[in-house]
Formats: sequence, structure tokens, C-alpha cells
Amino acid sequence: MTGPDKHGHDHHDHGHDHGHDHGNSHDHDHARTFQPDIEDAPFGQYQVMAQALGEVLIDKGVITPDEMREQLEWLDARSPSDGARLVARAWTDPNFKALLLEDVNAAAESVGATAGDIPIRAIENTPAVHNVVVCTLCSCYPRGLLGLPPDWYKSREYRSRTVREPRAILAEFGTVIADDVEVRVHDSTADLRYLVLPMRPAGTEGMAAAALEELVTRDCMIGVSLPRTPRP
Amino acid sequence: MTARFNIGDIVRIRRAFPPGHVRTPYFARGKSGVVDAIAGEYRNPEELAYGRYDGPALPLYRVRFKQADLWPGYDGPAKDTAIVDIYENWLEPDKEGQQ
Repeated sequence: MTGPDKHGHDHHDHGHDHGHDHGNSHDHDHARTFQPDIEDAPFGQYQVMAQALGEVLIDKGVITPDEMREQLEWLDARSPSDGARLVARAWTDPNFKALLLEDVNAAAESVGATAGDIPIRAIENTPAVHNVVVCTLCSCYPRGLLGLPPDWYKSREYRSRTVREPRAILAEFGTVIADDVEVRVHDSTADLRYLVLPMRPAGTEGMAAAALEELVTRDCMIGVSLPRTPRP
Repeated sequence: MTARFNIGDIVRIRRAFPPGHVRTPYFARGKSGVVDAIAGEYRNPEELAYGRYDGPALPLYRVRFKQADLWPGYDGPAKDTAIVDIYENWLEPDKEGQQ
């Protein structure tokens, strides 16, 4: 990679009267707009291991390349809209809410969504308890219902501070929880994943499930935020 | 495998530091909490990570801690809690524990 510092000086040191025919100015111009290819980033041990594992599984016939591709395609296509559909349905259908709190994966399947094989639990916000989810050890996340986790969810800062000072983290997301409400942090360190079931916002009494889905954001299902309020 | 602890039991997380793929967060080790839920039985990740699939499944508990017990000087209301998922091999009864 040709970097701008290759020549040991800054571009701003150049005078106005430099022509384009001097030294490596042509390289400089490219360097300024250079966008690294994926392969230009350091190739770490875990990438090597993941790639090797994929190759071994395919070589041994455990999975086919097409099955691996299909699984990646499925994962990449997940989005928080599936989670939002479940939450809005729970707000409008008491029987569905009971099923969701009992078994999220079964509830998802009953409305044609796919939560995946890992058991997911719904944790219900109430006037007395606000729930927020973190995985302090890595980045466990209900991907089947929320899609790929945001980068901040995987950051060391979110993972370490959410369990240590949750109210400060929530405030940075614009979410201030009153002192008479218990903040309950869920550390999904093991075989379960968590979906926060937020409280239905006030002023939405007449709204149908389809309109309510628009109020349910990814972040409110992680618990760092609250659902949108309806436009007046 | 029958779960050794019941919902509401006070348990202490073992204060141990074995090497390997351990899913018990450091901040919970040596701390006491209450069993909030029993979340089924799963293969021990400490064995699974090394390709041993034949061990018994372990009950998995959701253990609820008071934040003030986890973090000295916790800067929030006393009612704040954290729930951590912990496998049975990390739990021991805490007869003297107060919750």
C-alpha cells in the first residue's frame, strides 16, 4: 500500500508552484482516494481459523459450498422487522403475547418468521422494570429476529460498561430511566438469546399491529431505547 | 440430569479461574445471587469447545444479582439488578447468603 507518508513529509509542505511532473505526485493523488480492499486489512488468526474450518467442512463433505452460502445469505437477510412484527403482535394479541413470553421461537414460527435454532427468550418491560441486553463475553444476539448486531453492540465499551453502569450507557442512548424503576441487565453469556418486549407507547390505543410495527426499533428490542411515539 | 437448585435458592458462583472456554464472567465469580429461572439443559461449553460431545448436559440457571453486590460503589438505585446465565458446575449453595 502506498501511503501519503511514504516520502516523510506532508502534502501541505508542497508549494503552489509544483507541477505535476515532479517525483511521485501521481502516486500521491491515488493515495489520497485510495480505499483499501478487504484483503488489505491485517488477516488475523481468527479469520485464518474460520476460513480453514469452512474449507475442512467442505472438503470432508459435512456441508456443501452452496449450503454455507445459503446460510450466510439467510443470516445477512435477517432484519429487525421480524422482531418488530412479533412485538407489535404481542401488543395487540394477549394470546400471542403469552406464547411469546413462553417460547419466542415457537411464537415466531406461528407467524411465519424464523428465529433460528438457538432458544430466544422475551423479557418484558413493565412500569417497574426496564430490561437491557448485553453479551459481556462476546456478541451473542438474537440474529434470527434482529439481524446482524450493530458494531457498538460488539464493542468492548458497550460490553463492559452496560453491566457496570447501565444507566450511564442508557443515558448516552438518550434513554433516562427513573430511579424508582429497576434497571435489569441481562448478560447473555450462554445458550440463550434475549429479545426485549418494550411497553406499548401511550397514545397508540387505536393503532393496528401493522402501524405499531413502525414504532418498534431495533434498539428498543435490545433495551437501549424505547419505542417511537406515534406522530400526532 | 435433575437440576440441583430451585428458583429462589441463594447460590454462590465459584471463585475459580480455570483455563479454556469458560462462559462464567469474571465479575460474577465469588458473588452471591438468587436463582431467577432454570433455563434448560445444555452441553458444557467448556467441553464442547474442545470437541468433547459425550459429557452430560448441564442445567443452565439465570442467576439474578443485586448490582450493588457485583460492583462496590455501584452508582444507581439499590433495586438495580443483573441476570447472568450460569451453568450448574459453577454454582454452590450459599446458606448464609442474604437477598
